[in-house]
Amino acid sequence: MPLDLEPAIFRAVAATIVPESVSLDEPGWRDVEQVIEALLLDRPAAMKRQLRLFLRGIEWLPVIRYGRTFTRLDAAARTRVLAHLQNDRIQKVRVGFWGLRTIVLAGYYGRAGAAREIGYAATPRGWEARP
Amino acid sequence: MTRRNYDIVIVGSGAGGGTVAQELSPLCRQGLRIAVLEKGPRLRDDEFTGRELEMAAALYEDGGGFLTADGTMTLAFGRAYGGSTVVYTGTSMLPPARVIRHWNVPGLTHADLECRAHKFMGQNNVHLLEDDLINENNKLFVAGCRQLGYDVRQFPVNIKGCRGSSLCNLGCPNQAKQGTDRVQLPNAERNGVEVITRCEALAIGERSLTARVSAKPAGGKGDPSPWEPGEYQIDAQIIVLCAGAIHTPALLLRSPFSAGLPRLGRGFTCHPAMIIVAEHARPITNFVGFPKSYYLDEFAESRHFVLETCMYFPFITAKSLAGFGAPHSAFMRAFPRLQMILVLACDKADEYNRVSLDRAGLPVVHYHFQPDAVQGLTGGAETAARIFTAAGAVRVHRPLEGGFRPGTVPVSAAHIQGGCAMGQVTDAWGQVRGLPWLYVADASLFPDSLEINPYLTIMALADRVAQRIKEGGREPARSQGSASNP
Repeated sequence: MPLDLEPAIFRAVAATIVPESVSLDEPGWRDVEQVIEALLLDRPAAMKRQLRLFLRGIEWLPVIRYGRTFTRLDAAARTRVLAHLQNDRIQKVRVGFWGLRTIVLAGYYGRAGAAREIGYAATPRGWEARP
Repeated sequence: MTRRNYDIVIVGSGAGGGTVAQELSPLCRQGLRIAVLEKGPRLRDDEFTGRELEMAAALYEDGGGFLTADGTMTLAFGRAYGGSTVVYTGTSMLPPARVIRHWNVPGLTHADLECRAHKFMGQNNVHLLEDDLINENNKLFVAGCRQLGYDVRQFPVNIKGCRGSSLCNLGCPNQAKQGTDRVQLPNAERNGVEVITRCEALAIGERSLTARVSAKPAGGKGDPSPWEPGEYQIDAQIIVLCAGAIHTPALLLRSPFSAGLPRLGRGFTCHPAMIIVAEHARPITNFVGFPKSYYLDEFAESRHFVLETCMYFPFITAKSLAGFGAPHSAFMRAFPRLQMILVLACDKADEYNRVSLDRAGLPVVHYHFQPDAVQGLTGGAETAARIFTAAGAVRVHRPLEGGFRPGTVPVSAAHIQGGCAMGQVTDAWGQVRGLPWLYVADASLFPDSLEINPYLTIMALADRVAQRIKEGGREPARSQGSASNP
């Protein structure tokens, strides 16, 4: 599991960033998580710690405003929470969200099947591969 | 620690290191021993698969996501046999005369750089791509620019046998791009230069280097290093640093010589860049065909930006679109209908933007967005939007709608420059002040932003450095480019 967190928190955040990810089956999620694990393998331990903390913050922060954790919110409220973090007046918060968002996007769009799903079909054969 | 001895050691094998290696390689026939130390691996041709994350991990430092100190920008630079020339697009631009005048380095003239750059244009098969190989992503940019009366220009490119994979930035899977990995390094090796891959220079002392050779990781790409893994002390009469504008200043900052070089690490620039995307009503040819054929530079001086055509891969595109959720996904799902433009801001060397070291001695890039760079990004994004609309796009992604706020705007850079400014840290021939055995020959020499794609200028400067070394360290009498051939 990326960042050693409960899958529920990570997947709730990922599904808010990439709504299509809700349709991933268990092997699909494992693909996402494997891509992220490989991406973070050589990254500094401090960065991984910060990301873990940030994810925990996302889970518990909504309790103040909504009285519920992030994983127990509906999709619209989750989007509002993440939008708030994305536009926070504190740059470090914005950068933290940016980092997490980047990792989720890498996991989802780095999967082998993602290119096909969005119609991206670049190939080393270039022009010759066109019908 | 194993000891090795060479006459000349070159650190880095990109546009700078590959050029110096080639230009000095005839000296091997006179019995001199020359080595190139390259941190990255040498990949076999069949290992260039075009798969995005796999190739990024193999060819880029930090997979292309090297972060600035405050985390608001990522820097992409290569780490392989051929350095960043393996992952650039091959756009081959002559240095602008006004920029070289602005650099104001005594003894460095535009005519000299242009003459040398022409030599490498010939070697690297630089030409304008034929019309029938231009895809719609590029043609729409031209159409939009012309509709608006802009002076759009075609990039000269250094490709040979391009099949239009569009995968240039992941290392050409067809070996069409004529980087130093295809031209200068093989020339150098034929003449007797040794290239030691997976070999990272850690420290410089008086006419010596400490370096570490890494083992090939399990499942990793590329050949093992020709040297056994371990630490080496390499003695050399001459050392040439070509490790790029982050690692060359860092190596010098870690050295005992840094105290005598007060401008070391200063003057970092990088052309901060944003990818702007628009959707057309119908599919266009975008991920097939050479991705970068046209540019618009008429606003470089007045509004601090240059626009270029581009086409990126799923993850880079996703990362470059601002926002998240359904609006973000809608653009990603429109991929076959997407047109892309790269906005490059012409940032300027200042006192803040610099390379320093952290407590572990690793390089840290401090970068803030100057008002001119912000103006360049915002003005460039607005102009790109106008071009998209003029070209018939039905929807334009506007990442700066809420203004430019670092940390919310996807900014990355791949033209890493400065840190060992020529005329300050080195003389006009790349020799480090006060150290007649130590040279710099890469983009860290740029005293200020080049405002265009840099590789030909790097090669031209590296050619000057090589000439100086060949002439025994004396300042060459002739400064109009060396006529030597490999």
